[in-house]
Amino acid sequence: MYSFKYHSVSSTEEACTLFESSESAVYLSGGMTLIPTLKQRLDYPTDVIDLGAIDDLQGIDTENGSVRVGSRTCHADVACNPHIQALADLAGGIGDLQVRNCGTIGGSIANNDPAADYPAALLGLGATVHTNNRDIRADEFFLDLFETALHTGEIVTAVSFPTPLRAAYVKFPNPASRYAIVGVFVAEHNTGIRVAVTGAGSCVFRATAIEEVLQRDFRPAVVEGVSVDHSKFNSDIHASQEFRGHLVTEMTKRAVAKIA
Amino acid sequence: MVDITITVNGTGHSLSVPDNTLLSDLLRENLRLTGTHIGCDTSQCGSCTVELNGRAVKSCTVLAAQANNGSITTIEGLGTPNDLHPVQAAFRDNHALQCGFCTPGMIMTAIEMIKDATEPLSADQIRAGLEGNYCRCTGYQNIVKAVLAAQTQLRSV
Ligand code: FES
Ligand code: FES
Repeated sequence: MYSFKYHSVSSTEEACTLFESSESAVYLSGGMTLIPTLKQRLDYPTDVIDLGAIDDLQGIDTENGSVRVGSRTCHADVACNPHIQALADLAGGIGDLQVRNCGTIGGSIANNDPAADYPAALLGLGATVHTNNRDIRADEFFLDLFETALHTGEIVTAVSFPTPLRAAYVKFPNPASRYAIVGVFVAEHNTGIRVAVTGAGSCVFRATAIEEVLQRDFRPAVVEGVSVDHSKFNSDIHASQEFRGHLVTEMTKRAVAKIA
Repeated sequence: MVDITITVNGTGHSLSVPDNTLLSDLLRENLRLTGTHIGCDTSQCGSCTVELNGRAVKSCTVLAAQANNGSITTIEGLGTPNDLHPVQAAFRDNHALQCGFCTPGMIMTAIEMIKDATEPLSADQIRAGLEGNYCRCTGYQNIVKAVLAAQTQLRSV
């Protein structure tokens, strides 16, 4: 790690002011991606601003049919809140026990790793991201590989999830990292079915062709007939584009089977 | 430099360390508590696991400054050679270690699992809970046995 100046702040206002006055600052939430990144010298900020002491970013509230999760809530805490079981299951499958005790939802979505689990939950559930100065719909939040709609210095404060009629998340995890090689979040809302796919492409996306067939007939078998265009999917030593395409179908079937 | 006040195994410490100091380095280098091991230094193997404010964390991936005002338990804080913690004793009795490198981290994680469980853990749940701890010697079978034995003892007290 290169050297940097560490700051602990007690409010988002203080964090933003510091961010603006620093040469190149980063926010530290759970640190499960940031600290390994700094150790590998892939990033070398002058200032690290720790959001850990800001109390009002913590916690889970259930209000009028939706669940609001503070951005600094760790995966372990989401995993034991059964209000939206699919969300709890997803959080309980991230990384490992120690990582879930540190890693946070805000950190995960602000980073927008193409293989992260949370982006699929946000998109599948039609969540809203709250920041220190606005609300952003999940549909407009995840832009591309590690890219989000957040402005420089903007801070995620919470995420609100509408409670679905039924939902499930199934992933094919990389056996070492537990990141999703492909993960599919299927949810039925009053407004229709949403199917969000992570791990397959450069950024989480909705599988609209699959949504259409499931809308007519919510059974695992119908997914089989939908062709998945894998030409822009990721390809690496763990899985080829074709295999990821196959996994989109397979993980969707398993998710549907869980709740059909 | 950043000023840090922490309680480690019940003893308070105030020290000043470079801002980019890792918690694992603070424990090992500054406090000379070398029972917390560094296996990978990349947040994978879990041998550096300690309890920070009641939760198991990988100390190689936490800044020492993040632990400011916090309370830490390391393997040194559990028992003594003549009076082992029940999880330590179960590891010995079940031959759950060979070289012993992974053991401090395994034990710290196992303790959190047992403490948090509302129902007795199954062998599968123990395996899932230990996903972030690697052992290159034992093949895990005896580690799972040890955690099962330890929970039986801890839940009965
Ligand atoms: S040394 Fe920290 S996880 Fe391996
Ligand atoms: S006993 Fe040697 S690594 Fe586990």
